[in-house]
Amino acid sequence: MHVPTVAELVAQGKSPEILFWVGCAGSFDQRAQRVTKAFAQILDQVQINYAILGKEECCTGDPARRAGNEFLFQMMAYQNIQVLNGYGIKKIVTTCPHCFNTLKNEYPELGGDYEVIHHTTLLQQLINEGRIKLKEGGSFTGKKIVYHDSCYLGRANGIYEAPREILEWLDADLVEMKRCRSKGLCCGAGGAQMFKEEEKGDVRINTERSQEALATGASIIAAACPFCNTMLSDGVKQAEKEEQVKVLDVAELIAEQLNK
Amino acid sequence: MSFIEPLAFLVITAVAVGLFSKKAAAIRRNILLGRKETINDQPAKRFKNMLLLALGQQKMFHNPLVAVLHLWVYAGFVIINIEIIEIIIDGLTGSHRIFFPLIPSLYPYLINSFEILALLVVIACIIFLVRRNWLSIKRFTSGDLKGWPRTDANLILITEIVLMSLFLLMNASDTLLQQRAVGHYADHLTGNFIISSLLHDSLQALSNQSLIAIERVSWWLHIVGIFSFLNYLPYSKHLHIVLAFPNSYYARLQPSGKMENMPSIQQEVLYAMQPELAPTDAAAAPQRFGARDVMDLSWKNLMDAYSCTECGRCSAACPAQQTGKLLSPRKIMMDTRDRLEEVGRQLDQKGSFQEDERSLLHTYISTEELMACTTCNACVEACPVSINPLDIILQLRRNLVMEESRTPAEWAALFSNVENNFAPWKFSPDDRDNWTRST
Repeated sequence: MHVPTVAELVAQGKSPEILFWVGCAGSFDQRAQRVTKAFAQILDQVQINYAILGKEECCTGDPARRAGNEFLFQMMAYQNIQVLNGYGIKKIVTTCPHCFNTLKNEYPELGGDYEVIHHTTLLQQLINEGRIKLKEGGSFTGKKIVYHDSCYLGRANGIYEAPREILEWLDADLVEMKRCRSKGLCCGAGGAQMFKEEEKGDVRINTERSQEALATGASIIAAACPFCNTMLSDGVKQAEKEEQVKVLDVAELIAEQLNK
Repeated sequence: MSFIEPLAFLVITAVAVGLFSKKAAAIRRNILLGRKETINDQPAKRFKNMLLLALGQQKMFHNPLVAVLHLWVYAGFVIINIEIIEIIIDGLTGSHRIFFPLIPSLYPYLINSFEILALLVVIACIIFLVRRNWLSIKRFTSGDLKGWPRTDANLILITEIVLMSLFLLMNASDTLLQQRAVGHYADHLTGNFIISSLLHDSLQALSNQSLIAIERVSWWLHIVGIFSFLNYLPYSKHLHIVLAFPNSYYARLQPSGKMENMPSIQQEVLYAMQPELAPTDAAAAPQRFGARDVMDLSWKNLMDAYSCTECGRCSAACPAQQTGKLLSPRKIMMDTRDRLEEVGRQLDQKGSFQEDERSLLHTYISTEELMACTTCNACVEACPVSINPLDIILQLRRNLVMEESRTPAEWAALFSNVENNFAPWKFSPDDRDNWTRST
């Protein structure tokens, strides 16, 4: 599979219909790279005219802004908007809810106005349009899956149903934690917490959340954010449950079932 | 006698209304100490939010039992206060139950419904007292409420019970005196009322004189109590019954994940990147980065602080608070109000604010609290009256980082990585698309 860059398409006199914003985690973090590849594989299979920015993509500035460094955020936003506008990008899809929130809500008033969607929304649309075909005898049929809401997808942007509908479409037995949807408990990574040690307290937030997810008895914890994925994977590992319980992105679940 | 009572009443009313107006004006002044922020878009949507959240108490219904009890107290308190109109006219003119002759057939229905509501208020307040003091519900046992806040909450509940009891006692003695055809009570034969008549048995043994005394004392204590309560409101968490309305009207309508932009920094970065755009006379006035004290926050943040009734739903939902960190969004709101009141007292005394070597940041809210926030928006979502503690936390963080350069070492590394490698980790930007090679 070849992953095209925008520069490449432009050189051929073409332009992508949709830009896949990979994000820093999706680009560099080994675990998140697997999600990136799974999603790219789906885009490729469904023959969507997409491209990535490749080396031209920079951090959106989300962690810097939330850590209080507005200068750095503005610098990153300026650079990214220059690149995106330079290529005339109209539509962006991203696997990271933090990138999604920043691109969708914070870039417009800085001059970067795009239609931005999260990959779970795009996947749900593709499913509804019948463009994603699964192989026979899905391996998730009846399997207990619990979905963990990402704060930046859920509360921050009101997206609760798209990921759940995908899981139900996979015929999984979708179970919920008590703290779900608008009451979902954070994984502990947001607001640049991912990049520093937690403040002192009784228990780590990701431990608390992973325990709650494990208590549902689900064999798969579905996530839709690379940072949630890391935090929950750590929590599951800490509970020594990594053999029995997998933390997977919604895109990975679909990719595994694709009729190749 | 005939003019002493109305005169006394007039004086009490004037003092009560005057004091309340003065304090209300001071609160308005304090709120307007905040940074200007224009909030006037989508009035129809705002009005709808106000109706749903403040009047309809929509978010309270996440816990239906508590919501119903709260609605009793609220409806009871507001509707029964219609009765105050009559009390005030009676008080000023020396009349007694002036509305009865005007609406003789409707009057008993009105008072009966007030009495039922009064009983519901008493029941709800007793349940609330039990919940608050004996059921060890975490948001009520939390250290945030140590001292005055806990007393404040209990005082409000006890006052409401007392006021409603006085209302019922007043009606009970009045109707009993009617039965006995005593004095002017016999001129207003309203008949017994549904709840207060239950008290007749226990009052039966009393003489007419005692009953008249009870009726008068209840009447006076009831109205003086209401006036006192009116003046207690602005010093108390109970102010939310008023401010819930404007506060939900002015609540943010944009997705809660969006952080407020800082146009001054946006401009500065733009001029650094494209110097040709910079105006030659760009002597930008020195400004504050983020917020250090209450005056640096927006007026909406300050109204949030006065609207907070310290219920603690925010802190109960906060991931940091739930896992034993120091941060409590409720405390952020209480600190903001306390500091604003402190600044306000200085204005009252000296007429202007002078640096007092205190500030919201550090004196009230510590770095550790601010550093524990995951910006998950659970507190914002949980608040029944649209308070946004996160917005305050983020403005204080901006000040910590941009003015004080106070940031954990790991965040300093994060900033350096983002600046130099365009990613929060120390990877080469050239490796950003390495993943494509193994697909």
